[in-house]
Amino acid sequence: MSKKTSANNVTKSHRKWIIGYSIAGAFLFAVYQFLLPWQGLPGGVYDAIYQWVPPAAINESLVYVIMALGLNIVVGYAGLLDLGYVAFWAIGGYCAGWFMSEFFFFLNVHFLGSVTADRPGIHINFWLVLLIGGFICALFGILIGAPTLRLKSDYLALVTLGFGEIIPQVFFNGEDFFGYNISNGTKGIVMVDPVPVGVKNLGPFDFGWKLLIFLLLAAVMVFISLRLRSGRLGRAWLAIREDELAASMMGVPLMRTKLASYAVGAFAGGLGGVAFATHVNGVYAERFNFTISIFLLAMVVLGGMGNVWGVILGAFILSWVNGNGLTAFGTFYNDKFGTSIDFASFTFLLFGLVLILMMLFKREGLIPESRLKLMLHEEELDEVEADGKERA
Amino acid sequence: MSNATTQKFKGTPGQIRNARIERAGAIVIGAIALVWILANIIKSPEQFAQVTVLGLRNGLLYALIALGYTLVYGIIELINFAHGDLFMLGTLFSSYFLSVWLKQQNSSPTGWAAFAACLLLVMVFGAVINVLIERLAYRRLRNAPRLAPLITAVGMSFLLNFIGLKWNGSTPRQWPTVIPSFDVHIFGVRINMVTIILFFIGVPLLLGLNFIVNKTKQGKAMRATAQDKDAAALMGINVNKTIAFTFALGGAMAGAAGLFYQQAIGTTNYNLGFQLGLIAFTSAVLGGIGNLWGAVVGALLIGLIQGLNDGLPIALGQQWSQSVVFTILIIILVFKPAGLLGKVTTEKV
Repeated sequence: MSKKTSANNVTKSHRKWIIGYSIAGAFLFAVYQFLLPWQGLPGGVYDAIYQWVPPAAINESLVYVIMALGLNIVVGYAGLLDLGYVAFWAIGGYCAGWFMSEFFFFLNVHFLGSVTADRPGIHINFWLVLLIGGFICALFGILIGAPTLRLKSDYLALVTLGFGEIIPQVFFNGEDFFGYNISNGTKGIVMVDPVPVGVKNLGPFDFGWKLLIFLLLAAVMVFISLRLRSGRLGRAWLAIREDELAASMMGVPLMRTKLASYAVGAFAGGLGGVAFATHVNGVYAERFNFTISIFLLAMVVLGGMGNVWGVILGAFILSWVNGNGLTAFGTFYNDKFGTSIDFASFTFLLFGLVLILMMLFKREGLIPESRLKLMLHEEELDEVEADGKERA
Repeated sequence: MSNATTQKFKGTPGQIRNARIERAGAIVIGAIALVWILANIIKSPEQFAQVTVLGLRNGLLYALIALGYTLVYGIIELINFAHGDLFMLGTLFSSYFLSVWLKQQNSSPTGWAAFAACLLLVMVFGAVINVLIERLAYRRLRNAPRLAPLITAVGMSFLLNFIGLKWNGSTPRQWPTVIPSFDVHIFGVRINMVTIILFFIGVPLLLGLNFIVNKTKQGKAMRATAQDKDAAALMGINVNKTIAFTFALGGAMAGAAGLFYQQAIGTTNYNLGFQLGLIAFTSAVLGGIGNLWGAVVGALLIGLIQGLNDGLPIALGQQWSQSVVFTILIIILVFKPAGLLGKVTTEKV
């Protein structure tokens, strides 16, 4: 009886979110595509939107949502700490750089691309590159995961961290990688192909339409996350997260399950990387640093590890604060009080505090996942009992 | 008695096979390293000697930082990500103390006295901050799931980074040296006096730490707490105090390393701690985390490898420095997680 209702709830909730998500997405799209260019809009509203929530910031937040959802599968679902997620972002980004630009100028490969056939370089359709980037990242996820996933959790965190340092350095020094130019080094790969959507090619400034594309990608990640979580694999992840030993005793294949979480998480990193490359119209090596990995982790932690909606909220809040909110607030505050405080430099403080305070006082995040909440407070109870304080 | 029973038990077939693979791998890696080093020695012996000295000096710095990691990991099994940034604050404290507050710009007897005072104060400074961090954050999370203190440590690292950013500014800063920094020639090798002085202060520091941990009552309490907190508490050891003392020791070493770095390299930067912290942690893991001498050996090795890679004619060069260190880290973690001097522990159920 109870089993049946819970199963029904799962399917119901799987359909319900699509409606809400579509409405929210349509609203955002309407605002940015139709309301902003509208002549009758009062100038104050226009300025306010551009100061506080410009279209570029919203799009960037969505890219972060995609990647935070991927990291959530690794950290939130499977409970493996990944401190080098930026590596997947970088690989995804360079996939876009390689397959959607004139970078390989000595080649001339076109496959359903969005540019004319006389342009040199490899030009593959954006949607295909998304898949390619995703799968290459998933492959890398498996390659790193296979030898390292049997390590203890904190050692695993270190290996991922090392990986997250090595890959960006490879791209950073990639102008002369054993004689080959694989990344254009610090100059980066500038200009990636526009996104073909049938009737139109979306360039870097088509914020409104690109918003739709990023919304779609985020929706795909939400869908994947929710479906996987209630499936066999997702339940295995949760079991590993809660007690690895018990899970393996119950017949959960540890390695395969962990590898799957790595692969899916990395896939999302690839999607995000390609999406980000089209968002900023280029790939720049110095952008891929350790801070980004921590930034994504903070999003997952703030929102609520394991809860898709929490992670989306966390990603929106933090990427908005980092990309636009803090500077906008700084300008506002400095104008109002005549000060000249550099608010952008407070990001470190903010992220540090978010991580520490959330861990100390609200470990389950803003929108907690019910199972995780139970788990995170279980051991504290035990301690109280062990001290005998409760009985005294 | 049959022959089989008298034979010494050498492990299960799997263990024997792993040991063989390990030995073969070690021989291969050792051979490659030897060829590489020999090629370089033949090409330019003088440069090799100089780079070796520099590498060992950096190794000493790494050792001082790595000890903080290994002490803390040994006792509460936490990778204290904030430790590298504590070292960074140590460099800033030393810079400000010597050059701004005491206005020492060059090497003179007053400068040397200031250096001695600074060594003491920066060690206290590091110890106090580390104890504060432990008291405010890690202690509350001691019984929480593993992920919680780890993430908190990353947050702490950001927080200290912020303090460093505000204190130092966002660009690297140059500082004068207050201890003698002329070059001396020993067997034809040019060595800076700073390096020699640092060796003469750093090595006794390491020995002193070893003495505290292995010979004193407080050290005994630390080792007991590391083995089993509950049992230690039952034996009348104040576990909280012991852990705080461990953090103080680690912090003091990081502070001293901060002063050394500031004097030897002369530049401070707010994000210095992250890089050096990671290198130091790699050293601790390489030597076998939780093992004091392991950390020192690992750090000297890493310093040497990095120095050789950065400075030798036949090498990948400085731009790959970070990748080399992390590749070593990954290889060690994958093939020999217990480290060079560590013991293999099996998980108890």
